[in-house]
Amino acid sequence: MKTRIPILKLNDVLIVSIQWELDDQTAIQFQEDLLTKMHETSALGVVIDLTPIDFIDSFIAKVLGDVINMTGLMGAKVVITGIQPAVAITLIELGIRMENVMTALDLENGLDKLYKELEA
Amino acid sequence: MSYRSSVDIYTEWDIVAARQMGRNEAKKTGFGTVDQARITTAISELARNIYLYAGKGKIEIERISENGFFGIKIIASDEGPGISDLRKVMEDGYSTSGGLGAGMPGVKRLMDDFKVVSEPGVGTTITAKKWLH
Repeated sequence: MKTRIPILKLNDVLIVSIQWELDDQTAIQFQEDLLTKMHETSALGVVIDLTPIDFIDSFIAKVLGDVINMTGLMGAKVVITGIQPAVAITLIELGIRMENVMTALDLENGLDKLYKELEA
Repeated sequence: MSYRSSVDIYTEWDIVAARQMGRNEAKKTGFGTVDQARITTAISELARNIYLYAGKGKIEIERISENGFFGIKIIASDEGPGISDLRKVMEDGYSTSGGLGAGMPGVKRLMDDFKVVSEPGVGTTITAKKWLH
């Protein structure tokens, strides 16, 4: 079974909505797919929406953190949106600090934040 | 009579199966969304440790009651190489696999009760409990 996370393009921005629980392979595949898509489309920013996700373990957190750093290396900015209260609580208790990561409550706020950041 | 369910951990997919089982059991026990996330995350960390360090093992989940309190018990066991330096493993940020080193100390913080029994060359059994408040 191989599932891939769809990556949508909207003007200069890529939008990713992670809709189901991530297994390791899907997470790694996503890393590659996103960077390839950025390269193809010359996107300036990415919004990753995690609204449907009800838990994040240290592996998924590492993959997400890595993808944010990799995206940064390629000159784009990332906003993470829709982190649920339970996810925020468990991430911090787990000892994971998502520092220097732009976040927003939902997709709408995330896009606003990203556009402002890109204009600056 | 306690009810116990179990998932054998051989592949990455079994990690997914173990945490799904955990989430279901947590829900059935009556835990709220935050505790469900804590329990699911703890199982994921323990199952991944088995997969990464021991190759195979199992995750068992049991609904428990003691002195009128209800809860859930996770038992992660393997016959892997064992943990030679338990103190190091419980330090935040220590990892031999390039991970975040959040797993073991993280699981301890997420759960109410946490116990490791490990013998080099024999294996490791980790027992963690969470109580309904």
